[in-house]
Amino acid sequence: MVNIAIEQDHIRPPQPPGFLKWMKENLFSSIFNTVLTILLIPLISYFLFAVSKWVFFAAEWRAVTQFPLLYAVGQYPRDQIWRVGIILSGLFLFLGISWGRWGGLLKSISFAAGFIMLVTALLPVQHPALDLSMRLYLGSNLLIILVGYLIGSKTAIKNIYIFVGWLLVPVCGIVLLAGFEASELIPNVSTTLWGGLLVTILLAAGGIFLSFPLGIALAFGRRSSLPVVSAFSTLFIEVIRGVPLVTILFMFSIILALFLPVESRIDRLVRALMAVTVFSAAYSAENIRGGLQAVPLGQIEASKALGMGNFKTTIFIVLPQALRAVLPAIVGQFISLFKDTTLVVIIGINDFLGIGRSIINSDPEFVQMRTEVYIFMAVVYWIFSYLMSLASRRMESAMGMSNNM
Amino acid sequence: MTNNQPSISSKDKIPFYRDERIIMIFAQVLSTVMIIGVLIWAIINFFKAAEARNMTLTFGFLKEAAGFPISNPPIDYEPGMSYIRAFQAGLINTLLISGIGIIAATIIGTLTALARLSSNWLLSRIALVFIEFHRNIPLLVLLFIWYFVVFGFVPPVKESLQWPGPIFVNKRGVYLTWPRLTETGGIFIILVVIGFLVSILAFTMLRGRRKITGKETYYIPTSLFLLMIFSLGGWFLSGGTPFQLDIPYLKGFNYQGGLRLTPEFAGMFLSLSLYTAAFIAEVVRGGIQAVDRGQLEAARAVGLSQFQVLSLVIMPQALRIIIPPMISQYLNLTKNSSLALAIGFQEVFAVGKIAINQAGRAVPIFALIMLTYLSLSLLTSFVLNIYNRRIQFVMR
Amino acid sequence: MFRKYFPVLAIFIVLALALTACGTTEQPPAGEPITVVETVIVTVEVPVEVPAEPVEAAPVAEDIFSRVLDRGKVVCGGRTDLAGFGMLDADGKNIGFDIDFCRAVAAAVFGDPDAVEVVPLTAADRGPALQTAEVDILSRNVTWTSSRDAQWGNFTNVMFYDGQGFMIRKDSGITSTDDFDGATVCVTSGTTTEQNLSDFFRQNEMEYEAVIFEETPAVYSAYEEERCDVTTSDKSQLASVRSGFADPEAHLILDITISKEPLTPAVPQGDDTWFDIVKLVSFALINAEELGVTQANVEEMKSSTNINVLRLLGEEGDWGYTDLGLTADALANAILAVGNYGEIYDRYMGPEGMSFTLPRGPNNLWSNGGLIYAPPVK
Repeated sequence: MVNIAIEQDHIRPPQPPGFLKWMKENLFSSIFNTVLTILLIPLISYFLFAVSKWVFFAAEWRAVTQFPLLYAVGQYPRDQIWRVGIILSGLFLFLGISWGRWGGLLKSISFAAGFIMLVTALLPVQHPALDLSMRLYLGSNLLIILVGYLIGSKTAIKNIYIFVGWLLVPVCGIVLLAGFEASELIPNVSTTLWGGLLVTILLAAGGIFLSFPLGIALAFGRRSSLPVVSAFSTLFIEVIRGVPLVTILFMFSIILALFLPVESRIDRLVRALMAVTVFSAAYSAENIRGGLQAVPLGQIEASKALGMGNFKTTIFIVLPQALRAVLPAIVGQFISLFKDTTLVVIIGINDFLGIGRSIINSDPEFVQMRTEVYIFMAVVYWIFSYLMSLASRRMESAMGMSNNM
Repeated sequence: MTNNQPSISSKDKIPFYRDERIIMIFAQVLSTVMIIGVLIWAIINFFKAAEARNMTLTFGFLKEAAGFPISNPPIDYEPGMSYIRAFQAGLINTLLISGIGIIAATIIGTLTALARLSSNWLLSRIALVFIEFHRNIPLLVLLFIWYFVVFGFVPPVKESLQWPGPIFVNKRGVYLTWPRLTETGGIFIILVVIGFLVSILAFTMLRGRRKITGKETYYIPTSLFLLMIFSLGGWFLSGGTPFQLDIPYLKGFNYQGGLRLTPEFAGMFLSLSLYTAAFIAEVVRGGIQAVDRGQLEAARAVGLSQFQVLSLVIMPQALRIIIPPMISQYLNLTKNSSLALAIGFQEVFAVGKIAINQAGRAVPIFALIMLTYLSLSLLTSFVLNIYNRRIQFVMR
Repeated sequence: MFRKYFPVLAIFIVLALALTACGTTEQPPAGEPITVVETVIVTVEVPVEVPAEPVEAAPVAEDIFSRVLDRGKVVCGGRTDLAGFGMLDADGKNIGFDIDFCRAVAAAVFGDPDAVEVVPLTAADRGPALQTAEVDILSRNVTWTSSRDAQWGNFTNVMFYDGQGFMIRKDSGITSTDDFDGATVCVTSGTTTEQNLSDFFRQNEMEYEAVIFEETPAVYSAYEEERCDVTTSDKSQLASVRSGFADPEAHLILDITISKEPLTPAVPQGDDTWFDIVKLVSFALINAEELGVTQANVEEMKSSTNINVLRLLGEEGDWGYTDLGLTADALANAILAVGNYGEIYDRYMGPEGMSFTLPRGPNNLWSNGGLIYAPPVK
């Protein structure tokens, strides 16, 4: 039988638990537990042994190590790759500033980012993608984070500027990535060349970001007293939530073209982004609606009593409180969207998973290494979404809203 | 909510653009016009495109021969049969994988949650690793790993693993020994079903009597006895052999007989149920932890066993909290079954997609797929919400 | 109370979003082609003297070509996941037999083989992409069939003769298709392959179990893991895949060919000039091999004594470039960019090929007993 241990607050003053004592309490507390422990230990050891044997001796990691840039940015022209670098550095700068200003979780993230950069820069292997300039660039990101930290902690830069910066970097980043038709310095780079992790992050972040206003609109629409608006919003939300994401992606990639004028043509990546946005908006809308319902009526009445109009009440009183309440849910949604973007492979976009599959098939030899490639991709996805869920949990407890379901 | 503010309108008249009623009407009209306008615009475009590309917009073609094969169709299907038949085969596959997936995910998820709450540190950690592993990997990647990586280690047909049962495991699938009904088996089944109904009836009636009168009516033994009587009767009527064990045997390329789970089905089933189980485990854990500690202590004080505490005190209360998020997990599982096309398990979406490629009747087929998923989702949430309402009502 | 403004706000947000969405759509250049069916109607119904109504203007010929010229690059529908035909190199560049053809066209039109944008297409959306002229050329090993020719676009000139074959494991005990009854077959969905397979078994009155995958790679992974006894696809693909297996010798590609698969680049309907240009480039590549013009010797061949070589390279006479709006050395540029037909073939599938080795077979020149034949360039 399984014991249910519901956190026990100790009545006795806590004693420093010795290792043996800890073992006795946690591993051998009853006969059942003892048997379980004895059974589990060899099982775990065998599993770990088999896995590490495979990872270090049996596995061929060539299909992974040979193409770091392909996994990162897909087909983005290698002579234009500095644009991605600038965006990354921009993000790091604001990460550092935020760390200097708020500390906490951002500190851990900064350390992690800096650590990864440093390790990659000093990696003792010969690799064509890791030449001196690349190593210097990666190393300089460490400095950028530190400079950011100093700016954030020592100067009196206004918080609003930091927020604006966070918003501006991705927006300018996309413009920078796309470039301009006529420009010599940053020529246009077609979105068909964008790929890899870049597209995965772009779709997930873009999807959440764009779905947010749409979600707010739909949430208000569903609560609206206008029957047409309310019915339409409800229908929209329920239909989107009722069907799988693949069907929506498929609809935008193939069916949508039929409903637009014959001569209009929407970029493939934009179509995927639209699909992801619409999908995510329906879920955002339901989250936000929950948040709106959680705002106490007294708040609205109080703001009315102060003479605020409907519009002002909504914007300054209701929305901020509602959004604060749904922030953790939105982060959770972002994580699942990040994972869901893998489905764009089915409509032929080379996101991270798509690049992996392209690599497997680019050379008959690599077909043999699909196990390694899939495992590598699983690990990368895992790290990203685990870190994000960690961040969201910290954020929840920091905001004093640990969900006690 | 909607009554107007005490207005000062008696003195100075509100300009029309600030009059809420007029704004209401204006907004109503504007939104209607906008929505309908966009729809009409899209439909006009659509008809133009349809005409230009000679697309059919009717469902008439569904009766034509589909022409494509389906791997391991759950019902009798040949490429020469109609699109409807192909679609039915896909639908049954969807229902099958979702239904079995939901059951398995619930069981695995609950067990994992209990393991997570176990006082054994090691077990709790293993459960945590299981949960975090599955929650943070895209389902599609998980699918590939199960299908291409894990099944890569399964032996080929000629070197099948034989497990007691007998169960044969090889690249072509898992072959279970399965009881098949003999000719007289029908009688047995019918009688068992009747027995089941009768015993349920007896159970509810007798229990209701006990609730009203307070007298012991032995409702559990009585209903079990009734069920047994009917089953035994069926057994003898069918001549003692209602079932025959169908043991798989090797013939030609493959094993024949028994119940076969194809690798596609098994891969889909495993990844789908494990993935969802990780989410369900968190839901269940949350539910159990939300039960007031006093309840646990009181139950222990009364002298209930560990199992009784769990099944009679904790779970019934936790269920109230668990059910609503569980519904959304079930819905997710059903929708996620559409990813099966990536590993060649052909459910409704995969069949529909082939049909679109082959027939070029994108719009009607697509509408059919959307409608199928929508009605599945609505049906699932409808049924589960009824259950939810009942359970909430009973608890109060 | 406060609810009443929400719809207004909502509508504004929706509107704003709609506007941004419009902003992100590619602005179609003026005079985008409408579909061909309309072209036909207009040409039939509207007398030549009467100018067509400006609103529903019929697509002018040269539409696609002029759009290509405006854009400065050729948009080529290809793929990134088929060894030999369309794949990625370590720098993320598109390479492959199909891709090189697009590069040749770009070199002929612009003198620059890099003026190509490759759009990766799935099997499902290659047809629509061609129909809507989203791509200028579809070079994604597409089998030329009559229905596709009628529906999708115009097929130019067969670049690769393929046929569907079967691959088996040598130790499976199968020696010919007669042993196929009851076999498990791995196949891709939504292609001609699947239909051919089902027809083949139906005609021979044999039973089979199909294992159907959306993606080609999945098919071969499953076959290699012995999920299936047999896998079926175009023979070139089978050869490519076999070369990648851990032990290629353990697998056998049966001699039987159950279908004709002429892999052909296609262009959207409605622009004859563009159609001609793409066709001509393929003719030029084949003629170059016949005449011994290679990537390396293009320049010296310009002073050749062979009149046909001079014509091909635009040194003598007009091979039609003035009418097509190209330069005289357009074909020479194409050859300079990617080499002649044989060179392209060998680059990926020759004995020293980048991807795998496949004997030329039917893809040899007609003069060497193959099927590759092109009208003369003169």
